[in-house]
Amino acid sequence: MSQAKTEFLERSKTFWNPGKTQDWIDMGVDLVIDRREGYYLYDMDGRRLIDLHLNGGTYNLGHRHPELVEVLKAGTERFDMGNHHFPALARTALAEALQACAPGDHFKYTAYGSGGGEAIDIALKTARHAAQKKKIVSIVKAYHGHTGLAVKTGDERFSKLFLSEDTQGEFIQVPFNDLNAMEDALRGRDVAAVIMETIPATYGFPMPMEGYLPAVKKLCERYDAFYIADEVQTGLMRTGELWGCMKYGVVPDIMVTGKGISGGMYPIACVLISEQCGGWLKEDGFGHISTMGGAELGCVVAMKTLEIVQRPEVRSMVQFIGDYLRAGLNDIMAAFPDFFIGIRQHGVIMGLEFNHEQGAKPVMKHLYENGVWAIFSTLDPRVLQFKPGLLLTQADAEEVLRRVAIAVELARAEVMGNRRRMV
Amino acid sequence: MKPALFNSLIDISDSPAARRGQADLMLEQARWAAAVFDRYDRDTTMRIVDSVAQAAHDHAAEFAEKIVAESGFGVAEHKKIKNELTAKPLVDFYRDQDFVNPRVDEARKIIEIPRPAGVIFALTPSTNPIATLNFKVLMALMTRNAIVLSPHPAVRQTSVEAVRLLARAAEEAGAPTGTIQILPEPTIPVVEAFMNSDKTNVILATGGTAMVRAAYSSGNPAIGVGPGNAPVFVDISADIAKAAQRIVASKSFDNSVLCTNESVLITLPEVESQLKIALKSAGAYICSESETEVLRRFLFHPRGFNIEAIGRDATWIAQECGIRVPGNTKILVAPITQIGVEELLSREKLCPVLALHVAKTKAQALSQARAVLRLTGAGHSAAIHTSDEMSVMDYASAVEVYRVVVNAPCSQGAAGFATNLAPTFTIGTGFFGRSSIGENVGPQHLVHWTRVAYNAGADVPFGNYHGLGRSFRGALPKAPADGVPGSAKAPQPPRQPSAASSIDNATKDELRRLIAAELRDLLRK
Repeated sequence: MSQAKTEFLERSKTFWNPGKTQDWIDMGVDLVIDRREGYYLYDMDGRRLIDLHLNGGTYNLGHRHPELVEVLKAGTERFDMGNHHFPALARTALAEALQACAPGDHFKYTAYGSGGGEAIDIALKTARHAAQKKKIVSIVKAYHGHTGLAVKTGDERFSKLFLSEDTQGEFIQVPFNDLNAMEDALRGRDVAAVIMETIPATYGFPMPMEGYLPAVKKLCERYDAFYIADEVQTGLMRTGELWGCMKYGVVPDIMVTGKGISGGMYPIACVLISEQCGGWLKEDGFGHISTMGGAELGCVVAMKTLEIVQRPEVRSMVQFIGDYLRAGLNDIMAAFPDFFIGIRQHGVIMGLEFNHEQGAKPVMKHLYENGVWAIFSTLDPRVLQFKPGLLLTQADAEEVLRRVAIAVELARAEVMGNRRRMV
Repeated sequence: MKPALFNSLIDISDSPAARRGQADLMLEQARWAAAVFDRYDRDTTMRIVDSVAQAAHDHAAEFAEKIVAESGFGVAEHKKIKNELTAKPLVDFYRDQDFVNPRVDEARKIIEIPRPAGVIFALTPSTNPIATLNFKVLMALMTRNAIVLSPHPAVRQTSVEAVRLLARAAEEAGAPTGTIQILPEPTIPVVEAFMNSDKTNVILATGGTAMVRAAYSSGNPAIGVGPGNAPVFVDISADIAKAAQRIVASKSFDNSVLCTNESVLITLPEVESQLKIALKSAGAYICSESETEVLRRFLFHPRGFNIEAIGRDATWIAQECGIRVPGNTKILVAPITQIGVEELLSREKLCPVLALHVAKTKAQALSQARAVLRLTGAGHSAAIHTSDEMSVMDYASAVEVYRVVVNAPCSQGAAGFATNLAPTFTIGTGFFGRSSIGENVGPQHLVHWTRVAYNAGADVPFGNYHGLGRSFRGALPKAPADGVPGSAKAPQPPRQPSAASSIDNATKDELRRLIAAELRDLLRK
């Protein structure tokens, strides 16, 4: 590590976040991201990393995608964030564009947040208003953000620290892929909404069983609850369709998109609301206010992002990338079957499962040392989140596989010692 | 998706960033397709080639008519022939050449492994749009390359439709998605973005000089061609009647839009009047001096050739010039006394107008033919009609071209359709014509070979490569979409033997002979 970086990390601990700064150092990841371009990150010491973390799809299209940079620059010639109280050109234009590509004809309005958590809060408030009920059902180990309501839907890991966990019995959590538990939670007809990540990301992408999500939607209908799809990490073509829920045949009542919709260039998150759920927007349009939510520059970038991800070439790229990486990962898995034990995949949403309760951490570390940045799943550290971008080049995909094979072997040796491989 | 809705507020579609974005995306999709295509074996490759050739053949007439309607020039009936020639006969011409499997040379202790270029960016002209795009697409497929085409704007709509049809046929036969793509809205800056991209492996440039020069300036490898302006020399030993018939057939074929068409007919006083009579009886109209003057002014504007006249019927041109000609006139012949910058009619004319110059001597005829090519057409084509071998040698060594057609129509002959030259719609104009390739461009130009060379010493043995090929893993298996019913069970297309491989070699030879004979008959008429 350079002297400059050592000094910088000290400053980071002094002024920003001592715990987080130290934790990364302890995990063997001394990354300070400086320059970035496409799917490459450059550490402040100049080392290049291929980004397979993408902050949950925020950098779907790569870092500083030239068209997004251009549209943002052009946007600044005319707009700033805008005045959140008034009808606004960009907010309305994006809402119209979102409505045109929403996963159902019943979607009518878009409300805006400045980030995913805020958007989730808006979605939950919207459902509560429409249902006139308070209870929210989510999945054990779900992750929907850190704001007031969103944090209560998730793991206590993030709420108890701040004495912000649910104490009123309003937030119920049921295990993923368990329809009986879901039905038990809904049976009392006192639930406003079920909120579902289409594929739970921070939980390491466990995949919904066939028919699970449509069945949950049916249960919602049966017990008068709304279905909120959290498409923050599964939307925007990562499954090969614009919205992941479409692939599973679910038409939600409310849908949240964040991260990638910003193109990684200007913060924005959106809540698509069906006609049936949008009553508060007529009753009291000032009911939710957000100065930064739907900043007009963000809207301009989001529109371009939506346009790019819907190009037919992108769909075919996602297919190529998903198929190619899967074929290569299958080969690597076959070489280390006692350590690398599973692949969860839908399009370019992938989780690599290792046979050790913290297995993804050494893999992450060795990948980092070998020029690839992919992060373990916070809520299931056996699983490495493996999230290639929509536009990954063929050459980079080949590079990724080469480096993964090396890193998995090193991680296996670290975790399992010199035990003979079972092949 | 309606892009307008997403660009409604801030539209950057005309920015360099947007052009680069479009080029990157299409070319990278092509790169992926090429990487997967490289896994295909020869049978699978040829099955795709044959399916696309069949699709091109089936729609030859339809697209011939649509192109004539869209561009306003050419002869639909002739375009249909060209569109057909560049489909199945083209594939049959190359069927025996293997651009997929390694070849082993025991004697030289060398193994050669074909390596496709990867991503081809191909420009197609307005004059022979469908034939050229059929040709380029099939060449790319034979060599397992991906290709992105950029049509001439004047024939954009039909070209896009045709390429999409071929792409669909290719994908239905198992080609990777994106193997064949077309730029739907080609503009000069967009085309430049594609040409300059480091994702392009080679540019196949057929078109105007400016475009070809831009291709060469792009920094990427390019195979470009130059304009034609073929001189045709009718020697005193020629069979004058047949020469006249062939020249008229060639000039009237698709109204001279093939760049290999005869531009200036050069002959000698001994056979002048005989040739004129023969031309007339073959369907030519010989213009008077004043008619030639009108024609000259009509065809050549101060800024260049009148594009209105490209590929138009001889009778239409005559009417525009107020020249009264018989209704069955196929070509107009304009006698000229000079050749060079002062005589516009000695330049290239992509219409059924042929300049006629009578040289004093054979030596002067040769010098005049060289002069024609100094104006334009260097490295391209020339023709001679004669029965004297020495005249052929003298003429062919004098003119600065890379193909000299003897006793055949030049339009078809130089392009390999009435001669045994390789059939092509991309004429390499070589060093004379500022190009990298001097022969008729074919699939062999789209692969390079990795040469594996053993120690030449007699004491170092060569390996035994019998029955050893490279492994072809075929299409990528579809990755599962976990939790989506049936997603992991996507069936792979069943492997069928290709049509070609089920025919034995003797039958293939016979078929090829029949096809070749049929073609020649067709074009010699």
